[in-house]
Amino acid sequence: MSHVSRGFHGRRRAAPEGRVPPGQYVTEDFPVLSAGPTPHTPLSNWTFSIQGGSEPKSWTWDEFRALPTEDITTDIHCVTRWSKLDTMWQGVSVDTLLDLVEHDAAYALAFSDGGYTTNLPVEDLTGGRAWVAFNYDGDSLPAEHGGPARLLVPHLYFWKSAKWVRGLRLMDTDEPGFWETYGYHMYGDPWREQRYAGD
Amino acid sequence: MAGTAVRGRLTWQDATVGVVKDETPEVRTISLDVPQWEGHRAGQHLDVRLTADDGYRAERSYSIASAPGEQVAITVERLPDGEVSPYLTEELRPGDDLELRGPIGGWFVWEPADGGPLLLLAGGSGIVPLRAILRYRERTGSTVPVRLLYSSRSWPDVIYRDELEQPAAGVEVIHTLTRLQPPGWTGYARRVDAQMLAEVVWPEDQAPLAYVCGPTSFVETVATGLVGLGYPAQRVKTERFGATGGTR
Amino acid sequence: MIEDLDGNAIGGMLLEVFGAEMTAAIGTCGNCGTTGPVAGLAVYLRGPGTVVRCPVCNFVLMVFVRQHEVTCVDLMGLAALG
Repeated sequence: MSHVSRGFHGRRRAAPEGRVPPGQYVTEDFPVLSAGPTPHTPLSNWTFSIQGGSEPKSWTWDEFRALPTEDITTDIHCVTRWSKLDTMWQGVSVDTLLDLVEHDAAYALAFSDGGYTTNLPVEDLTGGRAWVAFNYDGDSLPAEHGGPARLLVPHLYFWKSAKWVRGLRLMDTDEPGFWETYGYHMYGDPWREQRYAGD
Repeated sequence: MAGTAVRGRLTWQDATVGVVKDETPEVRTISLDVPQWEGHRAGQHLDVRLTADDGYRAERSYSIASAPGEQVAITVERLPDGEVSPYLTEELRPGDDLELRGPIGGWFVWEPADGGPLLLLAGGSGIVPLRAILRYRERTGSTVPVRLLYSSRSWPDVIYRDELEQPAAGVEVIHTLTRLQPPGWTGYARRVDAQMLAEVVWPEDQAPLAYVCGPTSFVETVATGLVGLGYPAQRVKTERFGATGGTR
Repeated sequence: MIEDLDGNAIGGMLLEVFGAEMTAAIGTCGNCGTTGPVAGLAVYLRGPGTVVRCPVCNFVLMVFVRQHEVTCVDLMGLAALG
């Protein structure tokens, strides 16, 4: 016997055909999910750095904001099963950043204020598929959503879009970040429903 | 039976909704008939699980509003962008089923043998588990002195208002209304701060026991203030409700 | 805002995972040595998993991940729990 609560629907919306990966539902909210307290790094102390290339490379906030930016409208998919359609961001393409670093790494570990990490293939961070985003929905990215800047990699589950990102560590081999260490999938393709290791 | 652990059932069980009572325009108390209930302790909570017809599920925790020995009841605050609270406070009807598990909690609980004097500090819906403690104190005939400091936005937002207007012997209720006060109000009219705590709390040398419950920011301000007034950390029990008004 | 809840909020999950009431159990942080009840730990819910941290130094003490109806637990950050 399966219990059904009369009249309960939750706050989901119908999804356009083919828009939403398996097992997801659409929300109009933007839930705040976190593994720890919100960091508050002053912009004067903020840097984004890429380590593991032939030479380390680093940008201050002003230098980062002087780089060319892009407007991105995209769907995002959280492994906790909510998807949000047509979210609007502004950010610097990771291609722009990695183009300035000489390297032959196949993988990267994104690292953030507060200690969060997540791993991705370099291939998934390039080719116009990833950004360091600083604006959401026309405004500065709020701290609870990862501001001043977060990684944005919408083709993978959203835990890969590290909030409060401070840089990338280039690696030759794939090493698990925070959630990957606790059993989440190393790659995380929502269309193949790669939520957990072994999926 | 002070200190006896009541084993909560690990499994979800079906309860039937009994009477519902609107405490304020945003807050409703729901009485529950729980056939397999094994009793509970004052301060504990239960988990509620809702399932939509496509299998979608949502779970929330709610403090038990009734004393041990009384019918199980929860008091739920409707949150403007909530997913579960609007259903519980507007849709759920007497006779409906509600899936729950519990009771849960072994820290934020009070038994008469724990003694006092008791200092209860409530922010908004944080009053719920503290009201269970007050009702249990009265049911057991405990004479432990109690001071309740209860922070609400306005007088119409005070939950259990009539009950708190007629407290049991030995219970002193102090309200603070942070946003709107009725004409002629002579009580506190601001958020709880160190000065207010200093005026209200039992002196530390009486070895008081404090229970603080409410939104996280309220709990942190009050707990820090109590420790600053000399309350040992282990004599200050806290339960944080999220901005969502319940634990989760 | 991110709601810092406390160990009371995971009482049900702890009961389910450990088969016993755990919010009054005393934990010791493996990083800074702070001791206190599980009820007083900082809890972050609603993410891919539940993360429980030391309220003093933020060290990760426990992580719970629900994978296909089974809850996996990591307690490596705790020096002691009892």
